[in-house]
Amino acid sequence: MTKIHRAFEDGKAFIAFVTAGDPSLAVTEELILTMAEAGADLIEIGIPFSDPVAEGVVIQDANVRALAAGCTTDKIFDMVRRMRQKTDVPLVFLTYLNPIYTYGAEKFLANCEGCGLDGLIIPDMPFEEKDELGQAAQAHNVDLISMIAPTSHERIAMIAKEARGFIYCVSSLGVTGMRSEITTNVGEIVQVARKYSDIPCAVGFGISTPEQTREMAALSDGAIVGSAIVKLVAQYGNECIPYVREYVQKMKDAVRNA
Amino acid sequence: MGTHGRFGPYGGQYIPETLMNAVIELEQAYNRYKNDPDFVAELDDLLQNYAGRPSMLYFAKKMTRELGGAKIYLKREDLNHTGSHKINNVLGQVLLAKRMGKTRVIAETGAGQHGVATATAAALMDMECEIFMGKEDTDRQALNVFRMELLGAKVHPVTSGTMTLKDAVSETMREWTARIDDTHYVLGSVMGPAPFPEIVRDFQAVIGREIKQQLLEREGRLPTAVLACVGGGSNAMGAFYDFIGNPEVRLIGCEAAGRGADTPETAATIATGTVGVFHGMKSYFCQDEYGQIAPVYSISAGLDYPGIGPEHAMLHDNGRAEYVPVTDDEAVDAFEYLSRTEGIIPAIESAHAVAHARKIAPAMFKDDILVVNLSGRGDKDVAAIARYRGVNLYD
Repeated sequence: MTKIHRAFEDGKAFIAFVTAGDPSLAVTEELILTMAEAGADLIEIGIPFSDPVAEGVVIQDANVRALAAGCTTDKIFDMVRRMRQKTDVPLVFLTYLNPIYTYGAEKFLANCEGCGLDGLIIPDMPFEEKDELGQAAQAHNVDLISMIAPTSHERIAMIAKEARGFIYCVSSLGVTGMRSEITTNVGEIVQVARKYSDIPCAVGFGISTPEQTREMAALSDGAIVGSAIVKLVAQYGNECIPYVREYVQKMKDAVRNA
Repeated sequence: MGTHGRFGPYGGQYIPETLMNAVIELEQAYNRYKNDPDFVAELDDLLQNYAGRPSMLYFAKKMTRELGGAKIYLKREDLNHTGSHKINNVLGQVLLAKRMGKTRVIAETGAGQHGVATATAAALMDMECEIFMGKEDTDRQALNVFRMELLGAKVHPVTSGTMTLKDAVSETMREWTARIDDTHYVLGSVMGPAPFPEIVRDFQAVIGREIKQQLLEREGRLPTAVLACVGGGSNAMGAFYDFIGNPEVRLIGCEAAGRGADTPETAATIATGTVGVFHGMKSYFCQDEYGQIAPVYSISAGLDYPGIGPEHAMLHDNGRAEYVPVTDDEAVDAFEYLSRTEGIIPAIESAHAVAHARKIAPAMFKDDILVVNLSGRGDKDVAAIARYRGVNLYD
């Protein structure tokens, strides 16, 4: 079993996302440690990809900055290996299938295991294609995180039954990014998933305010925030650490009150 | 790896969960209607009476004489309504979307040919239409942007990434995930997640069927080779498909090598790419060692794409088709050559296939037959070719 379940043991989870290498891997390392201290229960590390089709503009731009700054998959593994000595917060990678496929699935997952990575979120690898990494992931004790969307309907049962780690409930149609309102019936989707699986459900996409976080965590087992954090990094660059710390504390408080 | 929608190991459905039910619904609708007599009759009627099919198979007598080898025939897809082969697929898909109850279509476009065709079919069939086009291409192909707007479509210049065709595809996929219920994505090439490569191929296969029939009537035999340009590969797949079962017919796809397949400024996917997963499919892509998609380049906006359709990837691996790189210089020469020699101005995309025909025809026998698929007309490219030759038309 991976460490992912620990994120949900102490009440509702706050899950934070950051794009690796934006503005530099040194800052990313410090950010991850800071977010863990500030109360993030699980951290998603985005491996930048040139063409992230599920991302909105904020994370697209972060990917462009990270790649332009010379970030590579190998350098990210080195950073995680270093950082793992200092924290045992559950960590997952979020990236697209091509960087993994091209790196070599077996080598990629062996490296994940070697540096203490607990899971993988791959937005362009739906249920039908998860065998692409399934065996290697299992062999190296890395959870492939399943996503369910507002359009999943009758697919939820099939997906939830085979889900590992946690279930990533996509709150809204469209791509990642901050939304003023979430209109999907998230609670209903989570209820359906819970009929078929005991593992935790966390909600992501479009969440940026403490109110939204509280609301989404109340309907599920946790809330995932990406673009709002990445936006702070974009705004403050090398000086972003205190701002992100304050933001994560505020969001974790909101989750506690859910 | 799923077995669904595969061409050997290639293809598949590598897309966000949000879109999965949309492609499943599309596949069910396609399987229901593709052999439905009413659907087939309506599409045939549109192809004949609206698009102008069958397109002519023209014997290029002067070109044949000058090159001094194989007989050269040109399949005149440039004479279709809207000026390219794109209309074949678009009429099929928009008709299908209509049957599915959709009221809005979205599409990517590179050179603008697919966007124009989609806007045209949308106007005809009363659908709302939005087109996504790389900012660089809206500049290169300003006339086509205005043409789409004239047809009632809204054109969104895409400013992400390299601002070309691949970014237009990404942005159209993003738009589709945001609005699925009433919207069909009219993918323009034999690429993307299943069932698109199969649907687009089937709607384009009319090209190869006509070539075969027309040539049998004229020459009483099959061609020695069929040539077509390849970006995503829809006109090539359409021209090749009916000949796959005739192993004596060589199938040659002409890729855009840009400034050369040995330079970084190229879009020759088979020549320089490796296997990867992108835009919903497993296939060959131009990419770096970490799987970052390469910023490809070609003078031709329609071939300026870092991947190739999955069925082409399979035909390459099993040797049934050959893929050759053709540079900007060769394509521009061929563009001018065909204009002067036959009085036909080809699309710069199609000029890549004409260029390769010029290379191989002289060494072939006089009773060999080359069919070049002239996928589009070149009016849209005239300004760009003038620029390439240092002529400023608008000063």
